[in-house]
Amino acid sequence: MVPVLQPLGRTFLAFLAVTGRLTLFAARGLSHCARPPFYGRSILRQMIDIGYYSLPVVGLTAIFTGMVLALQSYTGFARFSAESAIPNVVVVSITRELGPVLAGLMVAGRIGAAMAAEIGTMRVTEQIDALVTLATNPFKYLVAPRLIAGVLTLPVLVLVADIIGIFGGYLVSIYKLGFNPSTYLKNTLEFLTFEDVFSGLVKAAVFGFIITLMGCYHGYHSKGGAQGVGQATTNAVVSASILLLSFNYIITELFFAR
Amino acid sequence: MSTAEPMAPDAPPKIRIRGLKKAFGSNVVLDGVDLDIAAGESLVVIGGSGTGKSVLLKCILGLLTPDAGSIQVDGEETVGLSEREMDRVRRKFGMLFQSAALFDSLPVWENVAFGLIQGKRAKRDEARKIAARRLTDVGLEPRVGELYPAELSGGMRKRVGLARAIATDPEIIFFDEPTTGLDPIMGHIIDNLIAKLTSKLGATGLSITHDMASARRISTRMAMLYKGRIVWDGPTAEIDRSGNPYVEQFINGSAEGPIDIPLQDHFA
Ligand SMILES: Nc1ncnc2c1ncn2[C@@H]1O[C@H](COP(=O)(O)OP(=O)(O)OP(=O)(O)O)[C@@H](O)[C@H]1O
Ligand SMILES: [Mg+2]
Repeated sequence: MVPVLQPLGRTFLAFLAVTGRLTLFAARGLSHCARPPFYGRSILRQMIDIGYYSLPVVGLTAIFTGMVLALQSYTGFARFSAESAIPNVVVVSITRELGPVLAGLMVAGRIGAAMAAEIGTMRVTEQIDALVTLATNPFKYLVAPRLIAGVLTLPVLVLVADIIGIFGGYLVSIYKLGFNPSTYLKNTLEFLTFEDVFSGLVKAAVFGFIITLMGCYHGYHSKGGAQGVGQATTNAVVSASILLLSFNYIITELFFAR
Repeated sequence: MSTAEPMAPDAPPKIRIRGLKKAFGSNVVLDGVDLDIAAGESLVVIGGSGTGKSVLLKCILGLLTPDAGSIQVDGEETVGLSEREMDRVRRKFGMLFQSAALFDSLPVWENVAFGLIQGKRAKRDEARKIAARRLTDVGLEPRVGELYPAELSGGMRKRVGLARAIATDPEIIFFDEPTTGLDPIMGHIIDNLIAKLTSKLGATGLSITHDMASARRISTRMAMLYKGRIVWDGPTAEIDRSGNPYVEQFINGSAEGPIDIPLQDHFA
């Protein structure tokens, strides 16, 4: 009995410890987001990194997703001749779910990993110690700008992904499935609701926070040279993805389960 | 208290360390260090590799939290200060890291000017001019300022780290092996610079070095760290007649003596 319970208890305690540390880290990061000085230059640089340089990968993901969505729903719905629902399916799934989630996962891979690697390297090469001796708070200088940039940039990125995704569905519907362009557009606009888009953007902001938080947290606490940095990178991406998917469910429930 | 006053014999030391202890797990590194550093003096700490010299500096700067003991800077206890109060104390310090620890996302000039721009809120172009001057102080051409740390040699990085440490004219400067990795001529130039900083500008210096010739040039006083304690400290002029067997073995670099080195000779 004991050999089973012991590791279980230990894992549970470790889980609690990590949750506590993470919460403290997030609270410290947030408190520095609210207090001056603000590092506008760093925030801008991070926003360009997160937003602009993620555009190609997020755009490609979105267009193919929109395309496959139209194709799949056509082959599915044709069985009970409900093809006219395609614009609806595309719009709702992209704006509510696939836009934010897929963009979030892509950015988690790109940005979460890069942040963990950068901050982790700074940790193991004593650059964070050097920051501190130059009387610069690493939370203020490194963590806060990334959190702010993540929360501000992801919604914009997701909005772009929404547009591109819907456009992908349009392309397939018109050029492959032979829909009438103006009817399709009219239906698309009709099904497009503010609430759907808004819920997606709220998700995006939360995901932006999760991704940058995980990147910073794992980087900040990495130790032991190159291997430690590699470990931190992996942990950042995996934990960001899992948290992102669980928060996706929670937010969906808050918005739509009534 | 006025600082213009010359050091009275009973003036409080710039840094006073009492009973400082630090262990990493079961590895006891500092085991009750007592050390005073007077304002304006240049102290060199000597001691074998791995005896905890770098750990000592990091404890004073609050980068590592001591397990026990007291550290006072200008009479103010710094152990247990909040992060924000410690930041205020840290503005008195400049530190050259053993590994230089340059910010590799910033060009060299911004590394040097970092403390001016972030800490002292200086204008960027003004800070840039000061950085260029500091670079020439450490024997680097101003054009090096445009390069990134990854493009420098080891000795150049060390000198950029030195320029960064002194850029804000700190009251107290720590040098962790300032001349390791430099050629003998450049080493000599850096030694002179450090000696000048402490003697002419009145900064208080605490340096670590393994190079005894350099230690003699830059220090007014030396202290030896062994097994977590200061086993000897005294004026540099007296180092050769310390009468302390540890110091004698260390400065002569002899393999035989009281210093315990865990070594097995597999070639005997
Ligand atoms: N962050 C750390 N975590 C665990 N152990 C550490 C850490 N930093 C230093 N140590 C240990 O503390 C001891 C002293 O290290 P320190 O870097 O102070 O040596 P040193 O006297 O500066 O040596 P050197 O002259 O080679 O630079 C070593 O045994 C080292 O393993
Ligand atoms: Mg050292």
